[in-house]
Amino acid sequence: MTAPARFDTTAGRYRRLSLGLALTALLALTLADIDWVNSSPWFELGRIGWGMLTPDFFGVESLASAVANTLAFALLGVAVANVTGFIFALLFRWRLVQLFCALIRAVHELFWALLFLQLFGLGTLTGLLAIAIPYTGIFARVYAEILEEADQRPAELVPVGSGWLSTFAYARIPPAFAHLKNYALYRLECGIRSSAVLGFIGLPTLGFHLETSFSQGLYSQAAALLYLFFALIASIRLWVRPWLIPLYLAMALYWLPFDGYWSVATLQQFLGYDIVPAPLRDAGVQALAEPRLWWPWLQNLLLQQALPGIVNTLVLSIIAMVACGILTLLLFPLVSTLFMPRQGRSTGHLLLVVLRSIPELILAFIILLVTGPSMLPAIIALALHNGAIIAHLIGRYSDALLLRDDASRGINRYLFEVLPRIYPQFLAFLLYRWEVIMRETAILGILGIHTLGFFIDSAFEELRFDRALLLILMTALVNMALDQLARALRRRLQLDANPQQARY
Amino acid sequence: MKKLAFLALGCLLSLSAHAATFTFTAIPDQDETLLRERFGKIANYLSQELGIDVAYVPVKSYAAAITAFRNNQVQLAWFGGLSGVQARMRVPNSEAIAQGYEDQFFKSYFIAHHSTGLVPGDTLSSELQGKTFTFGSKGSTSGRLMPEFYLRQQFDQAPETLFERVGFSGDHSRTIALVQSGAYQVGAVNYAVWERELAAGNIDTSSVSVIWETPTYPDYQWSIRGDVDATWGEGFKARVKQALLSMDDPELLASFPRQSFVEASNDDFAPVAKVARSIGLID
Repeated sequence: MTAPARFDTTAGRYRRLSLGLALTALLALTLADIDWVNSSPWFELGRIGWGMLTPDFFGVESLASAVANTLAFALLGVAVANVTGFIFALLFRWRLVQLFCALIRAVHELFWALLFLQLFGLGTLTGLLAIAIPYTGIFARVYAEILEEADQRPAELVPVGSGWLSTFAYARIPPAFAHLKNYALYRLECGIRSSAVLGFIGLPTLGFHLETSFSQGLYSQAAALLYLFFALIASIRLWVRPWLIPLYLAMALYWLPFDGYWSVATLQQFLGYDIVPAPLRDAGVQALAEPRLWWPWLQNLLLQQALPGIVNTLVLSIIAMVACGILTLLLFPLVSTLFMPRQGRSTGHLLLVVLRSIPELILAFIILLVTGPSMLPAIIALALHNGAIIAHLIGRYSDALLLRDDASRGINRYLFEVLPRIYPQFLAFLLYRWEVIMRETAILGILGIHTLGFFIDSAFEELRFDRALLLILMTALVNMALDQLARALRRRLQLDANPQQARY
Repeated sequence: MKKLAFLALGCLLSLSAHAATFTFTAIPDQDETLLRERFGKIANYLSQELGIDVAYVPVKSYAAAITAFRNNQVQLAWFGGLSGVQARMRVPNSEAIAQGYEDQFFKSYFIAHHSTGLVPGDTLSSELQGKTFTFGSKGSTSGRLMPEFYLRQQFDQAPETLFERVGFSGDHSRTIALVQSGAYQVGAVNYAVWERELAAGNIDTSSVSVIWETPTYPDYQWSIRGDVDATWGEGFKARVKQALLSMDDPELLASFPRQSFVEASNDDFAPVAKVARSIGLID
């Protein structure tokens, strides 16, 4: 008998992937711009701390309407995306639909909003579209997967000659319904966060006031706004009931003012002039035949902004992703029934809600005060925010595990009972989150790190929409490539064994 | 059918009523709190003086204000020096009609953390080389444009090469907080915000101080679209200008905050446009 060969076991593949990710992150660390300055943050941190202890709920004007706006944008945007996403999900077998959906979800909500701002001003339509469009792309992909992976047997058993619609309604939807519903609810939480963040660019949601009070150092007001926001997110499972949704939607429609601004001239101006590359504006389309007219412009943009932007974005996102993974493994026991008694879990949940609800920009600012500017605050902020999200999901997932009555306890339980069982899920979540982290590196210009998002933001600020659009397209392409890579990795590892969980 | 016609008429009427509301916005640069309350009072004042409906739209960024002005969502705007130039470039016949008294000689402060050892001087010290530096918002005149101009003038190189790192804090108060904590070593800030925060006790003078102040330049101004007379009648622009110049209620003026408004013209901002062009912020 020969000694057993070293089989290509699933566990072996997980180990190799984990090691590969860790090594890539280490390599990225050597390229990364990381620094720690000897700062004296205590004066400002003291003011922030005092603000957190003395929240001021009455200093912010039109607070109630900001809360209502935040919820209304989220509810309507997610509802619209739910429907359009579902339709695209039915057409998802076409490659073109897949690519289109990947493209629209690769662009950050804030950038969609900045684009629509040019067409519709700071109105309801801008906010709705900024949420509905990227969410459509996300819903389409996820719903398509859920439908594909649901139990197919009922559909195979319907009598010959049954109509497509009846088959669909009675045999395809029911086995998938619970997952569709769960996912839609989870997206609503994301929608509320997105809606709040849209306030940063001027929509009248919670983020509008949060950004104002935080940047002006009015920390008591900022604290009040943050606490309100935490409460909204933490209580979401209490107030979202399927039968209440139509009522909420009706209220949202009634509440939001649809007197938005719109004109053909603006549209023509935007499409026919603003987003046309500057060197081609006066010369017209025939100038395309003469590269000397536009090549210097393009070359400049590629070499000065796109290329360094892509490198920095990739370096930053891969380190942040691995840091996020490490954090997740440390945090999830806090909310897991396998490790924590009830009271401990409540504290754990509170911590995770706080970490995942503080906008990254604010987290990054606080860390920046302590560490000084470099990629470090960005990495920590992104890791904390996304780590808290995955830890929350893994915690919930681990609750469903059944251990033997005589299973070990403490650290042994963690290492030998739970970790092996959650690891495929964990890797799947993490790889999916990579794409999200990439998008989010966009909003950290305060750190002086030149990611793609930094340049896009500058282009909008300088009202150079031609550059902004081109850079956005490049971001979308990088995102799509990354998404493909992550999916290829997942497929190789067969991480999709339980796919309904894997995509949160 | 009749119903439909009424409906269409109703829409038209509401559209024209909407168009006849004179709308303005104001760049939030120095104090972003209670915008609606403060500028709602300005809207009331203008409404009384002009005898028409006046509304205020809050905005969050320079770019949003410029877009609103260009798309005729607002017809009047309180812009910074640079944003005013950018906005008027995009709207034919638009005009700067009034500026704050203080805006005729606005200035920026360069501030430094004490650990840098930089001391106040008549020029920017060459020891600035290799420090970390933060501007305010990317589109700010006092927090970005003019400081960058003087840096380039003195050192003959771009800030990105002069400094080890260049950030954009996004806000003057945040610039102060970041330099005060030593996170950034040096920063540039609107002088009025510095003075206000200093008076409010929000600055720890043992760790941060002013090391240089720029020469003065024109900054904030009211700009109005060229086509307002066509909508609200001949002489409307002149009446708006008069209403702004004769604003003397201290409570209203405190919203800006300015002691009074004085005449302005597009030519006053030619130096700002020139600087913006030399830096490559406008084409």
